[in-house]
Amino acid sequence: MPGTGLLAAGELLAASDPWVRWDWVSRHTDDIAAATRQHVELTVIAVVIGLAISFPLAVAVRRWKWTQTPVLSGTGILYTIPSLALFALLVPWTGLSRTTSEIGLVGYTLLILIRNTVAGLDSVPDEVRESARGMGFTARRQLLRIEVPLAVPSIIAGIRIATVTTIGLVTVTALIGQGGLGQLILEGLTRDFRTPLVVGTVLSIALAVVADVSLVGLERLITPWAQGRRRTAGVR
Amino acid sequence: MSFLADVVRWFADGSHWQGTNGIPNRLSEHVIMTLAAVVTAAVIALPTGIGLGHANRGGGLAINLANVGRAIPSFAILVLATQVVGIGAVPAYCALVALAVPPMVTNSFIGIRDVDAEVRQAARGMGMTGTQVLRRVELPMAMPMVLAGVRTAAVQVVATATIAALVAWGGLGRYIIDGLAQRDFVQVFAGAVLVAALSVATEVALALLQRVLVPAGIRTRVSDKNETFVAPVPVAEAA
Repeated sequence: MPGTGLLAAGELLAASDPWVRWDWVSRHTDDIAAATRQHVELTVIAVVIGLAISFPLAVAVRRWKWTQTPVLSGTGILYTIPSLALFALLVPWTGLSRTTSEIGLVGYTLLILIRNTVAGLDSVPDEVRESARGMGFTARRQLLRIEVPLAVPSIIAGIRIATVTTIGLVTVTALIGQGGLGQLILEGLTRDFRTPLVVGTVLSIALAVVADVSLVGLERLITPWAQGRRRTAGVR
Repeated sequence: MSFLADVVRWFADGSHWQGTNGIPNRLSEHVIMTLAAVVTAAVIALPTGIGLGHANRGGGLAINLANVGRAIPSFAILVLATQVVGIGAVPAYCALVALAVPPMVTNSFIGIRDVDAEVRQAARGMGMTGTQVLRRVELPMAMPMVLAGVRTAAVQVVATATIAALVAWGGLGRYIIDGLAQRDFVQVFAGAVLVAALSVATEVALALLQRVLVPAGIRTRVSDKNETFVAPVPVAEAA
């Protein structure tokens, strides 16, 4: 059991170890910034690739009913497998690399994104679809110009959950040598030193909150027509 | 594919099936820890969520709890627990309970709250008391949602219990953590296969439990045949 002896010895010191030692923070601002940057990169790449894969799958699920069971079961099983196990299953093939992290992280976003995209597209009223057809829209234009914009709130809800979940999971990739802020958390564990642990945790939560709030802002920005509806809904 | 052959050989090795570090012991550690954490969390979370839902109070709190829970990395909760209660089984247990509570509170709250107001009024009109409405109407109708919360929590607990090998606890995560430390990727892979199988088994077992516990009258309406193998995704409700 590597590290156990170290931890046991550290126990004695724990009583005098404050939660945050600001001198350590000020000496390691570069490391903290680099870890944060890596955390953001790992997250953004995962969510963007996740969207690129899940959107066509969501459209396929709606168009061809037979694809529904394999797509939802497959991504459901991916979602069920614990993150550490999924990374571990990939390590023999892709090594302790960023690729391994990204494949795993993308895997977790798929079910969330597909479900929300399908739900959003399903929620478009039939009258709207008929009007679009009546105006001479082709199936593809109808999808891109009418259905997708109306599904944006549901799709963004999915992106929000996927992003916040991914930000949490990135910390686990510290165990396969990546990790962003997870490296600080791991360092806190192996050195039994609270400061990096607290800094890593707090910044990770802060990233999740900032990402979530920004996505809500993005939704408002790209769905200006929903503004009035939101206001009336609030008054009721 | 000699790597996979090595993995098969690892599983065939009798020494991996006995003793403290044997598969049966690690598996039972993992299962017992998961059960203990989920049951403790259920005892805390379900009455809270159901009570709040019945009174229709504290909705903001109950709904946001799952969102907040999602924002805190489970890995961080686990490591923070070691700083509060030391290393070993105790911090693992505490962290897992803390993780399992939010989805159960949120889902049971939403399940009860979203019972049709008309159904509730009809029950009142038939002369049911508040408790009777809760037990005979709201709870059965909310059952799919409540159980979905339990499922989400249980699958998450199995996953995080894997990482708990890092804080000097056992479970199936030991193979992955030790294998990574020793660069023994055969052991890593074998551990991952075991953990993946356990989570899928947990998911399927709870899906079957859901079939049994959800009243026949609302089963066809609420549950979707395709969802047996699909982990319930946390509710996408705007905060």
